[in-house]
Amino acid sequence: MAQDKVDVPAGLWSRCESCGHMLYEKEVAEALFVCPECGHHRRIDARTRIEQLVDPGSLEEFGADLRSTDPLKFKDRMPYKERLKREQGKTGELDAVVVGRAFIRGRAVILGVMNPSFIMASMGAVVGEKVTRAIERATEENLPLVMVTASGGARMQEGMVSLMQMAKTAAALARLDEAGGLYIVVATDPTTAGVAASFASLGDVILAEPKAMIGFAGPRVIANTINAELPEGFQRSEFMQEHGFVDRIVPRGELRQEIARIIDYCGK
Amino acid sequence: MSIEPTVMSAGGAAAAVGGFLEFEKPLVRIQHDIEEMEREQRETGRDHAADIRQQRTRFKTTLKRLYSSLTPWETVLVARHPKRPLSTDYLRMVFRDFCELHGDRAFADDKAIISGFARIGGHKVMFIGHNKGKEVKERIACNFGCAHPEGYRKALQKMKLAEKYGLPVVCLIDTQGAYPGIGSEERGIAYAIATNLMEMARLRTPIVCVVIGEGGSGGALGIGVGDRVAIFQHAFYSVISPEGCAAILWKTAEQRKHAAEALRLTARELAKLDMIDEIIPEPVGGAHRDPEKVAAGLEKYVVAALNDLKRLTLGTLIRRRQERIRRLGSFFASPSEAKARAATDVSTTRRSTSRTSRLRTRFSQREKVTT
Ligand SMILES: [Zn+2]
Repeated sequence: MAQDKVDVPAGLWSRCESCGHMLYEKEVAEALFVCPECGHHRRIDARTRIEQLVDPGSLEEFGADLRSTDPLKFKDRMPYKERLKREQGKTGELDAVVVGRAFIRGRAVILGVMNPSFIMASMGAVVGEKVTRAIERATEENLPLVMVTASGGARMQEGMVSLMQMAKTAAALARLDEAGGLYIVVATDPTTAGVAASFASLGDVILAEPKAMIGFAGPRVIANTINAELPEGFQRSEFMQEHGFVDRIVPRGELRQEIARIIDYCGK
Repeated sequence: MSIEPTVMSAGGAAAAVGGFLEFEKPLVRIQHDIEEMEREQRETGRDHAADIRQQRTRFKTTLKRLYSSLTPWETVLVARHPKRPLSTDYLRMVFRDFCELHGDRAFADDKAIISGFARIGGHKVMFIGHNKGKEVKERIACNFGCAHPEGYRKALQKMKLAEKYGLPVVCLIDTQGAYPGIGSEERGIAYAIATNLMEMARLRTPIVCVVIGEGGSGGALGIGVGDRVAIFQHAFYSVISPEGCAAILWKTAEQRKHAAEALRLTARELAKLDMIDEIIPEPVGGAHRDPEKVAAGLEKYVVAALNDLKRLTLGTLIRRRQERIRRLGSFFASPSEAKARAATDVSTTRRSTSRTSRLRTRFSQREKVTT
């Protein structure tokens, strides 16, 4: 599912993966990694997202040192333990989500940001536990919960342990809901499979970045099953809004003000 | 965790020749010998009774040997056996007075999930189960048990009805996964499953779930959250099919046997991971060799679980269910938390530990009584 990284001299110029324009990296970064030519929203890692979204320096992270214990002792072509180490080295993160308390335009929130750079932000025990703790923290502290989702789904290397995180996060959201807590989802590219079928679909308000892939089954799987081409724009944010599963499509540059506005409407 | 493209093949049917699975080859020979002798006996009047008896014994011991050490992949084949009893069989053998209710109140009647009032033991319940279908026509009509959003919405609609009148919910799980199609996505399959997970966590009536065949990922979990979750001995429950996993991680579906092993999808492995409460034994050779027997085991388990759960107040029921879900799959380490725990008063820890283990012993004893 991952789009191929464009091969360019480090950090200077890059080619937009959507329109093909050569772009000056510094300019793209200033535009929040949205292509100035065509508006393509590039995938960004969790730290970049946090920097863009919260009031400077306001994040107080929790559960930061949680790490997987490889419950299945899983090994495919490479032991899962080794894969984790490699991803940790590559990203500087222990797993695929960052959670904490932060401020967005002065409003206190509990924030969760998934990291598509870490095994496509797949959900194993660590992601499930940290997301659940974020939900519980929002419930206890009576703060709005903002979850920026991006995920290829459950983490296969943790087998059923991963699947159960769906039940765990959804049950925690039931308690948040009963406590009257506000839950805002920001669905980004790609929000799919096990994460789509649990906490990413359960927001009181669901925002999505333009043209993000949002869906349950992988497009290739569907195409193979029905033995036909998929319609243009299938499983994109606009498609999901058209069919009633996304409330608002919000460009990256407007996320801060939109989140703040919704928090103000919901009186928290 | 999506479903592999082969999802619509009749679930391993091709692997079973003459009702025998690929690993059952030694049995084919013995069965053939028995049939030969019986035919000869009929045609020539020669007495082969002693030999036939001997071969039958051999058949039994071979069957027992094969099934005492099934590999994970062999378990998958048994769970998908074309003759394996389906929800509809258990509905007939275990439940009485089934009153089917079809409506999801939104789009359509999804035949991949059936639901309705039923009686089991002394209990009136809401029955919910995946339906894979028997004959080709029925199988196609119910998409081989792969439900669309309307199936999950129907299930939830009926659970809410059950909640209103204090009927417990019994879910039988047997699916390759939710249906991967355009309509399924257009009508919000992800939202439908997510909603069920959230609502089943707080439904104010007992929920008992049993995986009777294939526990296929989110499509299984969508009716699989409850106070008790059991699994048949030769059923499996997995985040992804072994074929799908092999295709993604090994880049070839040929590695499905390795994938089946790596995924720890068998009943015994899942019990070790604390994912399920009970393994319901199957007769030697799998459920399809003695459906009545496994049906009796299912009935006994469900009735005992319902007796147990109905004794609880609704408050306690929901609290325990949510605690159970909260503990699921807690496999992570945190050096800072471990350090903090070590620093707390040792005596407090000891006291609480012994209390927990006492409770656990009591609880597990009660669990055993129910089998
Ligand atoms: Zn562009």
